This record gives sequence, C-alpha cells and structure tokens, in this order.
Amino acid sequence: MVANVQTLLDEGLAALAATSDAQELENAKARYIGKEGAITALLRQLGALPPEEKKTFGATVNQAKQAFEAALQARRDALAADKLAKQLAAEALDVSLPGRGLPSGGLHPVTLVQQRIEALFRSIGFDVADGPEIENDFHNFEALNIPKDHPARAMADTFYIEDEGGGEPLVLRTHTSPIQVRYMLNNQPPIKIIAPGRVYRVDSDATHSPMFHQMEGLWVEEGVSFADLKSVIVDFLRNFFERDDLQVRFRPSFFPFTEPSAEIDVLGERGWLEVGGCGMVHPNVLKNVGIDSEKYTGFAFGIGLDRFAMLYYGVNDLRLFFENDLSFLGQFE
Amino acid sequence: MKFSEQWLRSWVDPQLDSEQLAHLLTMAGLEVEENEPAAPAFDNVFVAEVLSIAKHPDADRLNVCSVNVGEAEPITIVCGAPNVAAGLKVPCARIGATLPGDFKIKRAKVRGVESSGMLCSGDELGIPDGVDGLLLLPADAPVGTPIRDYLQLDDRLLTLKLTPNRADCLSIKGIAREVAALTGAEAKPVLAVAVAPSIDDAISVSLHGGEACPRYLGRVLRNVNTQAATPDWMKQRLARSGVRSISAVVDVTNYVLLEQGQPMHAFDLARIEGGIRARFAQAGETLVLLNEKEVKLDADMLVIADDKKALALAGIMGGLDSSVGDETRELLLESAFFAPEVIAGKGRRLGFSSDSSHRFERGVDFGASREALERATQLILDICGGNAGPVTEAVATLPARKPVTLRVSRVAKVLGVQLAAEEIVAILGRIGLPTALAGDVITVTPPSFRFDIEIEEDLIEEVARVYGYENIPVAASNAKLAMLALPGDARGKMALKHQLVARDYREAINYAFVEARWEADFAANANPVKLINPIASQMSVMRSTLIGGLVAGLKHNLNRKQERVRLFEVARVFNGVAADVQPERIAALAWGARAPEQWSAGKDKVDFFDIKADVEALIAPRVAEFRRVAHPALHPGRAAEVVLDGAVIGVLGELHPQWVQAYELGQAPVLFELDVAALLSVRRIKAEPVSKFQPVRRDLALVVDEAVSVAELQAAFATVKNPIVTEVALFDVYRGKGVEDGKKSLAFKVLIQDTRKTLTDDEVDAAVNQLLRKAETCGAMLRA
Repeated sequence: MVANVQTLLDEGLAALAATSDAQELENAKARYIGKEGAITALLRQLGALPPEEKKTFGATVNQAKQAFEAALQARRDALAADKLAKQLAAEALDVSLPGRGLPSGGLHPVTLVQQRIEALFRSIGFDVADGPEIENDFHNFEALNIPKDHPARAMADTFYIEDEGGGEPLVLRTHTSPIQVRYMLNNQPPIKIIAPGRVYRVDSDATHSPMFHQMEGLWVEEGVSFADLKSVIVDFLRNFFERDDLQVRFRPSFFPFTEPSAEIDVLGERGWLEVGGCGMVHPNVLKNVGIDSEKYTGFAFGIGLDRFAMLYYGVNDLRLFFENDLSFLGQFE
Repeated sequence: MKFSEQWLRSWVDPQLDSEQLAHLLTMAGLEVEENEPAAPAFDNVFVAEVLSIAKHPDADRLNVCSVNVGEAEPITIVCGAPNVAAGLKVPCARIGATLPGDFKIKRAKVRGVESSGMLCSGDELGIPDGVDGLLLLPADAPVGTPIRDYLQLDDRLLTLKLTPNRADCLSIKGIAREVAALTGAEAKPVLAVAVAPSIDDAISVSLHGGEACPRYLGRVLRNVNTQAATPDWMKQRLARSGVRSISAVVDVTNYVLLEQGQPMHAFDLARIEGGIRARFAQAGETLVLLNEKEVKLDADMLVIADDKKALALAGIMGGLDSSVGDETRELLLESAFFAPEVIAGKGRRLGFSSDSSHRFERGVDFGASREALERATQLILDICGGNAGPVTEAVATLPARKPVTLRVSRVAKVLGVQLAAEEIVAILGRIGLPTALAGDVITVTPPSFRFDIEIEEDLIEEVARVYGYENIPVAASNAKLAMLALPGDARGKMALKHQLVARDYREAINYAFVEARWEADFAANANPVKLINPIASQMSVMRSTLIGGLVAGLKHNLNRKQERVRLFEVARVFNGVAADVQPERIAALAWGARAPEQWSAGKDKVDFFDIKADVEALIAPRVAEFRRVAHPALHPGRAAEVVLDGAVIGVLGELHPQWVQAYELGQAPVLFELDVAALLSVRRIKAEPVSKFQPVRRDLALVVDEAVSVAELQAAFATVKNPIVTEVALFDVYRGKGVEDGKKSLAFKVLIQDTRKTLTDDEVDAAVNQLLRKAETCGAMLRA
C-alpha cells in the first residue's frame, strides 16, 4: 500500500513536470489533490483502516501530498517566470535606433571662442562692454590720439557713412577701441573690461574680411604697470591655448593710443606668430576721457577673434566664417 | 624700408650675423618683415675675359671660346649665347661649380669639342638682368675674382616694416644710429664734405609758408653732364632697395634719400623764371606732376614756385616741366624741410604717395638738410662733372624742441621695474638723446631727427624698448581683488544664444552691409543708412533687419542640397546713425521638416506655431502677447507682432509668398526677429508655498465664433479674481461634426486648488461657473 502511494506521487510529479501552462497545471492539481483527486482519495480511505495502520499510512499520504504541493508551487513559479521571460523577450527594442525629437544646434566658432575668452577674463574680474558700430570721428579716432591726417589713419582703411546731418564724419568702427573710450567717459577707475565686437575695414581677400571680430581689453587702476600687462596676457594666452609652456614675446611697436606699445607674438610650429597688440594707455587718451593720468595708469590690448578661432579650431580659410554653410557650422556642436 | 645689409654694415658693423641683426632690429621695434639673400647660392664662378671666339665646326649656333680665367693658360669653353664676343668680361663657372638649382658644371664634350666650364647669364646665376645672353661685366672687372665677391652677392636684403613714429629709421644713417645704440658697435658714418663753390651763380629763395617750410637750401650746378652713366655700385645699392635706375642726377637724389633720409629734388634751372618761392598754392592753381598727371591744387597745399608759376608740389612730387631731362645742363638742387602737418594727407587726397611724402609726413631731420645737400652735390660732381655755386639758405621758425622731463619714479610706476637714474641716463644717451639729471628728474632735449618725443611716456617707451621688453618681469599683480556684480534679474545675450542652440538652431554671422534690395523687400526701407565707399554695390547699405542675411543663408544652403535649415543670428541693426538707434536683434529662421528626417518622426513641415514656441521659450518666464500684424517681409495672415509689457519687441511669421517666389525658396520659411535688450531682463524668482491639498480638474468645452481668438477668452478668464483658480489652459481646438459651420470648439483644462483646505463640490462648481459667465461675454456657449 505504501508502495502504491509512492507510485502515485511519482506519477503526479511527472504530470506536473509535463505541464506547459497555468491551465494544464490546474488540471494536474485537480487530478491529484483536488476534491476528486487521487491523493485526496487515499486520505479519504484512512477512516476505514485499523488504528496502527492509519497512523503510518496517514503520515505517508500526507508527506506525498506535501511533496506534490511543493512541486506544484515550484512549477507554478517556473511557468510564471517562463511566461514573463517570453513577454520581455517579445518587448525587446533595437536600442541602436536613433532617439526621437529635436537634436541640438550649435554656436558659431567665433562665438565659441569669444565665450571661452570671456570666461577666462571674467574669472579675473573683467566685465564685458559693448558699443555702437556706426561711430563718430571722435570716438573712433580723435579720443584715441589719432588726429586727422595722422599717418596712423592710413593703417586702417575706413568705411565712411553718408550722413544727412552733416556733422563730424561717421565711420563704421575700425576697431573695438571706441568702446573703451565710451566706457571710460562713463565710469571711473578701477576699470576692468573686455569688449568683443564686429569691426570693419575696406579690405577683402582670402585673409581679410571687410567685417571681422576684435576683442579689446582695458584695465585702468592705480598701480597697473607694463609688468601687469605682460602677466595678464601671458596668463591668458597659456590658458586659452591650454599650453603652460607656450612662448610669448612682446615686441616694441606703435599705436597712437598706447605708449609704450607692443605686438604680441606666440611661438608656433612655424615660428613667431603675431596674435595681437597691446600697451600702456596713452596719457592723452586718459586726458581725453577725463581720467587723471598722474594717479591712474592702465593697459589696453586688442586681439582678432576670428584669428583666434582659426588657430583654436584649425580653420585655414577666413571666408568660411561668413558663408553660414551648414556643413561647416555643423562641426561646432 | 628695404636695404642691403652690406650697405648698412659699411656704416656700422656689429658682431652679429644676419639673423641676429634682424632679431635685434625686430625686438627694438623695427620689425624685419623680410630677410632674403641678394642672390641664390652658387660657387666657383669667376670674372673671366673672352680672348677669342671661333665658330664650332659642327654647330652653327655654338662658338668655341678661348677664355682667360686668371691662370697662366686660357681654357676652352663652348658657348651658345648670342652676345658672346672677344674682349668681353663675363662670369665663368669652372669645372666643379654648382649653379642655382643644384646644377653641377662638369667637364664635357659638346659636339666633339672639349668644354672646360660655362659662361653664365644673369638668369643662370639667379640675378636676372633682362639681357638675352651672357651677363656683361664692366671692362675693368678684375679677371679671376670670384663673381660673388665682385658683384657683392653675399649680401642680404632686409625689409623693415616701420611704424609711423620711427621716421628717423627711414635711412641707412638712421638705422645705423639705432644699431650702434643697441649693440655698442662703433658707427662709421659717411661724412659729407662741404663742396667749395667754383662759380658764383646763386638763386634767391624766399619763404612764404611760415612754419610749413621753415628751411630751404638751394644750390645752382652748371655744366652738368646729365647723360653720364650711374656707377654700378650706386645702381646696385638702389636696386637692392627696390629703386630703379633712371638717370645719374635722379639716381643721386634717390641715393641720398635712402642714405641720409633727406628727400632731394633737382630742377632744370633753365625752366625757372626768377627766384624760388615756397608758398601755398592758390585755389584752383594747376600743376602737371612728374607722373604726367595734372592736379588741381588746394589752398592748403604747399608748392615750390618761381616768380611766375608753381614748379613742384613741395615734399611730394616735382613738376614735369621743370624736371631734369636729357638736354638739361644746369640744375637747381633742393634740400628742404617741410612740416609733417602740411604734407600729411595731401598725397592721399590726390590719390598717390611718394618716397618723399612718406618721409616728410612722418618727419625729416631738419638739422641735416645742409649735410644732405653737400653729399648730393659731391656725388653729382663726381659722376656728372660740372661746377657748383654757393648754397643759398632761407630759414624761418624751425620746429621747437621743448625739453621733456622724465621722473625715475614714473618709469617704475609705468613699467613695473625699478631702474636706477644712471641706467636710464645711459640708455637715453645711447640712442642720441641729450640728458641732464637733477635728483629724480631727467631732462631730455629731443634732437632734430626725432618727431615722437613730446611727453614723459615717449621717453619711458624709449627706455623700455632699449632696456628690452623681454627683461621686464611678468608681475604677480598687486591690484585689489573685486568680484563682478551678478544681477539676479538680468541675463547675458549668450544665454539667449544657448537657448536657441538647445532648440536646434545654428548660429550664422552675416555682413552688416547688405544689398539695398533686401532693405526694400524685408523692411520696406527706401532710405537705409548708406556707405560712402562700399567694397561692392551689393554691400552698400546698413541693414535695419537681420531677415535678409538669414534668407541668404537659407538660399546658400539650399543650393548645397540641405533639406532642413535652421539658422539664427544676433547682431546690431541700423535704424539711423546715432548711437542709440543701433539696437541688437536676435533673429531666427526655420525651413523644411519640423524634425530631422527620422524613422519614427512625422514629415510635417515646420509652421508658425513651432516657431512661436521658440519665441515663447526665449521670453519665458514672462508671457508675451501676439497680435496679427502687417509686415513687409511676412505673410499677411500668418504674421504676429510680439508685445511684452505693452511694448512691441519684434515680429514672428511666415515669409511672404512673393519673397518665397522671388528668392526661389520653394516653400516658406518661418522666422522671427526680436529686440535683444527686451529679453535680457528676467524676473527674479520668488518661490510660492506648495499646497498639501489635491487640485481638482474640470474641463470646459466652449463653442465660439471663428473670429473669437483664444487670447480674447484668456483675457476674459483673467478677469476672474478667484484665488483657487490656479490654471486655465487650452488643450484642444475642434471643428467639424457636432460644431456648426463658422464656429469652433475650444477645450480648456481648469485646475482648482486651495492651499488651506480640501474643496467642496459647491466651491469647485462656483469657480467653474464664474469662468463660464466670463466666457459668455465673448459669445461662448458650453458645448452640448
């Protein structure tokens, strides 16, 4: 009899193992431990047995029932896991398909470089200033110590503007220096500004654009010297180009609005390369804007943003900056 | 200023090689722009004499030459040059010579005749002389001398890019002075000897220009052979300075200009009537210049005239009539000083410049006029012969040379380096500035050759330059630290740019000068700001709108097969010429599909409402009002002006179909243009408490006439001042079945929430009814 129980259990476990979905599992359950099930039937026979047999046989049947129930649960879990796995497999995506929605655009390389330079100078306390692009003779020339007929005026071929008012000549600013004039007229030292902007000269070929970008820097305060000028420029250039060993030299030069004046050269792979001009603000310029040149000294410098963008990104044709070709602009994300 | 290094070294010869010399000049502020050899490398070429020539037995065009190369026996050379002849002195490349282009001369048989070298042309030696055939040397050229030595070919040509303040270095004399100062090498100037007059002839000179011409020296020369040949050494120096040889007298004046820095002029004395007068031109007076152009003179131009007429435009160019010609035998030689202010700008006004005006407008040494005249006299007599009269000199008030003081302490303040008074005095002394030291103050009287020393900083610059910029330390800055202000209610324009980048626009940069047509088309601007001297007619007016540039950018990219274009630009526009009517604008344009072509995105074209969202994002958190507007660039039914705080700050819309067609764009781009200034102020955020109670949502579907805008309904809702109504937002627009023609259904989501308690149904219903009553004032009805 006990042997029969084991046979029945083995049959039942095999039936469970053979199920492939929840329905078959429930059917198997009913066949063995349901109301009419085979194991349930054995339990019902217990009452008719003698007491000593009842005890041992009952224990055997109960163990068989428990074993069946444990196997049932295990099978149920396994079927559920199987079903989930199938569902998940069916839901799988090709994760390599491109994402949906708008991509990002991009800033112009000259703006990117301007932004980088602004961040460097802001980090040492320089504010950003701007001014008009149609300028009068005073701000673009006179106040900067460039009188009429001064040979320095021939250094920049100037665009002139028709003016019905007939006052002093109007020009498209030839440099960003008039911004420093306007700023100094309206502010007292200490003055620390940079002034990026568009400037214009009558010149157009592969290396010259009639409109281009400059950035002016100005620091006027008590005790600012040529040594400070060298320190700020060298620090800026090394950080901008991310090269601590960048060789920078200051070469004597002439600008009407600074004295002493210098050209700034950096040592590149093909020798010295001119990257800007600088100098101590000329006392006449300070006088023209009402700043006491005995008390305050200062320096100014100017660089070409387009040129810096060309150097930084390795662009070798200036004209690309003004064509707005998406295949060029698209490289600057 | 271009010159031969050897010429300079004949004046001062420092212990520096050519490269070191160039570096020294560059670092002293006299930038060496070019440093090139006078001739390419070659060797083993000597002065030779052709003794005899005979026809080659087997070749018509060849000659067999017997050539003396300075050895006991002549050598035989086969030569094909057309100009070879017995008795000529020519360069001969010997066996073993290497000519330019790595061309090696070997012993060779030419059609059976042994040739032991090659007779050379100028081209073959890399010194083109324009002659077809051999380079012909003077008859007295010493046979056997290396040609490099004889023609001084181991020379270099330096070109200085001089700044306008350094006129004193526009001569060999001036550069030599500078090199001597910088190196301590001894200068060996070529001293002009006073030429004793051998005739009494003199011309009267009178000055009528005041300070414009305060010194004029003239000298009569007679019996001058103006046809004499210019000596080779002079031709060579002139050529190496880029000056063409013209005639002996003109060459001498050019030579003295280069050597001494003094522009000279020679007149044909026979063309002068009466005396010389330096005077201002009479308005309307005309003069035919050496360049054969007739110029109309202005009253502020100085001329050299005789009793009857203008002869020359003083300091700029001589006149044609009185110029030295082949027939000239009598000269008037001029050496004068003209003030920079009177020369400056005149050449440019007349459309040309000259070596003379270039120097005078920067400043010529008025203390050396006589020396230059003596030098020129001597050279002309040496070359052309003749007799010189006495020098006539007229002098008025010469430029003042006011003493300039320099404080030792100021040097330290400006340069950031402490220099002792003695060191400063020594530096200034070396560059020829006379100094007097008293305590902390050095007084300098500028010499007549410097025109750039008027104030203390001019001297500080000289000190810094000679001391060496590279020797000034890189300072740790001692200025005070101060943080920048960072206002919470403002943002920079860079933030606006970033916002458009995040919305898939790329930044463009366009010229500020545009075609007049763009202004007419896109801004209906018939009278834009005009350039007087545009570089091209399509860049002749200043733009008052950025739209033209963006449309051009679109067109450029469509021509390059782009299928989707989104560009923006931030730039100034020019509504006039005053400083306050050049506002900055931000404008953007989108064309093509709403999203890039993609596996899961639709192919819808970008439309008005896509771009409106971009505009709203730029303005957020503030909220603008959009009103239909007529705009020359835009579709009349699909254009809006953007109103913020009651002010119009820009426009938005679809490009007008007529421009879509005219500019061949295929389909209409949507664009906007806004004032940057209006977008830079932002609301500083102040946080509100968060309610613990759930909001209640009710939807209101309203049917209104087509003519009623959403904005009208929103304005009506806004008049409900019930604090529990926290949001009323449109979520659907419906036309069609169930809504009668000419009407539309607008569905609004209404959020109702109290921060203090849970709301009852009655309170919610009351709030919704308030909104409904207001909507009814616009003719709205609850949708059935």
